[in-house]
Amino acid sequence: MNKNNIYLPYQMKISKITQEAPGVKTFRLEFLNSGEGELFSFKTGQFGEYSVYGEGESTFCIASPHTRKGYIECTFRQVGRVTTALANQEEGAVIGFRGPYGNVFPIDDWKGKDLIFIAGGIALPPMRSVIWSCLDTRNHFKDITVFYGARTVNDLVYKQELEEWGNRSDVNLHLTVDPGGETPEWKGEVGFVPSVVENVAPSSIDAIVIVCGPPVMIKNTFPVLKKLGFEDKNIYTTLENRMKCGFGKCGRCNVGKTFVCKDGPVFTAEQLADMPGEY
Amino acid sequence: MNHQFKLLRKESYSGLIGNLLKSQQVYGPVKQEGYTYYKRISYPDEITEDYIIPQMSAKSFVFPKIEKLFSFVKSKDGVRVEDKNLDTIPKKVIFGVRPCDATGIHNLSAIFLWEPEDSIFKKRREQTTIISFACSSADDYCFCTSLGGGPGNTAGSDIQLIKTGTNDYLAEIITPKGAEIVSSNPGLFEDVDSVEKEKYLVRLPVCFDDSELEDKITDAFDTAIFDDLSMKCVGCGACAFICPVCGCFDIQDETKGSMGQRVRIWDSCGLRQFTLHTSGHNPRDTQGARYRQRLMHKFSYMPDRLGVKGCVGCGRCSRACPVEINIHENLQQITKLVKIHKHE
Ligand SMILES: Cc1cc2nc3c(=O)[nH]c(=O)nc-3n(C[C@H](O)[C@H](O)[C@H](O)COP(=O)(O)OP(=O)(O)OC[C@H]3O[C@@H](n4cnc5c(N)ncnc54)[C@H](O)[C@@H]3O)c2cc1C
Ligand code: SF4
Ligand code: SF4
Ligand code: FES
Repeated sequence: MNKNNIYLPYQMKISKITQEAPGVKTFRLEFLNSGEGELFSFKTGQFGEYSVYGEGESTFCIASPHTRKGYIECTFRQVGRVTTALANQEEGAVIGFRGPYGNVFPIDDWKGKDLIFIAGGIALPPMRSVIWSCLDTRNHFKDITVFYGARTVNDLVYKQELEEWGNRSDVNLHLTVDPGGETPEWKGEVGFVPSVVENVAPSSIDAIVIVCGPPVMIKNTFPVLKKLGFEDKNIYTTLENRMKCGFGKCGRCNVGKTFVCKDGPVFTAEQLADMPGEY
Repeated sequence: MNHQFKLLRKESYSGLIGNLLKSQQVYGPVKQEGYTYYKRISYPDEITEDYIIPQMSAKSFVFPKIEKLFSFVKSKDGVRVEDKNLDTIPKKVIFGVRPCDATGIHNLSAIFLWEPEDSIFKKRREQTTIISFACSSADDYCFCTSLGGGPGNTAGSDIQLIKTGTNDYLAEIITPKGAEIVSSNPGLFEDVDSVEKEKYLVRLPVCFDDSELEDKITDAFDTAIFDDLSMKCVGCGACAFICPVCGCFDIQDETKGSMGQRVRIWDSCGLRQFTLHTSGHNPRDTQGARYRQRLMHKFSYMPDRLGVKGCVGCGRCSRACPVEINIHENLQQITKLVKIHKHE
């Protein structure tokens, strides 16, 4: 982050654009000033403010793993003003980025454990960062299981990476689409994420679970995890309250006295249980 | 705290303002159509002493309504971004700031200097000297004393002037910046031996127990009291704009042709859009939830996280509210609540 002016973004060149799903794109961003790029570092779980000059800023997590240097990636869904302006950019264009902000997934504390990732819809980006960070240091962990669901087959993001994970013998991948969202060729499961998790019933012994998704999915997944014996302190998720500054000043992202931008966005279910439900 | 006191005779008072006008911008309470505002002055006698409290607080000196963060120029070759030049922020001395407004700036600093430091705010704060006027009168809306402040409170002030019975001023020197003004105006400030500041100050009763407020309001989160108190609230945001400590802001881009700037602009937690997601989901989706945020932020979250309150008891929000929601009455009601449950 720029120490002299905390609002001043880095200039980033879009070096690659991937259309992930309808309305969803991934940008690979490289620092225009390579000196800034070398000094930049982040940890998986953190986010930033991405901007098109003249349109404004938008909050996305950093979707690339911290184990890969020289660039960052973000995946976003086109929903409003800034995300539309971003979606209209072409490779080579320059956009603003400031960050990294927020806390991190404590992956160093997860060494020697089973990891279970559960993601729904567009919530795969924060998860993708942590999944790759863990896969890049694969021997630190025991079993790695990924559950990922979207409304339809077309809405699944990171299709290429899903295929890559599916082909790896050291990853258990369970893909699912909502009933009615399947195609004739679909080989994955059909059903909502929480029920797929319940059917597969991963062991909660010495295991960490990371859940990211829309509020309904999270709400319905927590009871399933409880039933499977997971303790609240071993369940991680991220919150997405509306943000502007990213560093505890603009006053809009707080849940009670907790600032999602500064104290989060990563929280355990144990922490959430102690916070008011303002998210 | 033991501050040094000097005597500033009424004949020297104008001389002091005149001297300051030679070296920097001077602002002070000025009457305009019956109301008082902190305004830039060119002559010492523009400053009025006939006011309880100016309409708007003094926060805009350090936290302007619209603050340029940086500018940019767009062309077909791309964007050129130009950082803000902090050296263009001028030195200002503000006369006649009420003690509550000076305290407001002090408390607001806690937000902006919280890591990571906001260098724009910091620079404005450094460039601003505050010469407060202690209060010899108050109105029904003032309640600074109930929050640990008072008509002679010195937080945020560099010098405080207290009018004496002979229409001279006691000058309480609070900071090195204040001492600098005294030393660079030789002959204007005289030594005094005995100081009885208190006897020149208005007496304002303490109406509730401040020490219980944080616990009581924190415990009341899940009760219906905030819905009850804000039943009439229309969500206009006036209370936030007028408040010396409300620091919440939006960040927006403003453009004119190929030129533009990113700005930080006052915002309010009372507005529905403040926390609204694009999906339509809103974590604080009732006016009650938003009023709760307003009070909790000021009396629970800020004390907990930053060690200062988000309210100084100036009463402006009550004076301005179109539906007469009165924060002083609200706080008295909250401190009367019986403890419902205890947080571990
Ligand atoms: C920590 C965090 C991580 C996020 N990560 C991603 C991600 O990886 N990919 C992705 O597609 N989306 C992500 N989001 C949501 C994303 O920020 C919004 O969808 C986006 O800002 C909408 O901007 P807009 O200008 O296009 O929409 P508009 O409706 O035009 O924007 C209005 C304003 O509301 C704010 N806003 C609206 N909805 C949200 C929301 N849900 N969360 C935060 N701010 C919002 C925007 O900042 C904007 O200033 C994340 C949000 C947070 C808080
Ligand atoms: S009384 Fe109202 S306007 Fe004055 S400091 Fe408190 S909240 Fe702000
Ligand atoms: S001024 Fe009154 S009506 Fe307007 S937002 Fe504040 S409390 Fe509500
Ligand atoms: S995003 Fe501004 S306070 Fe959290």
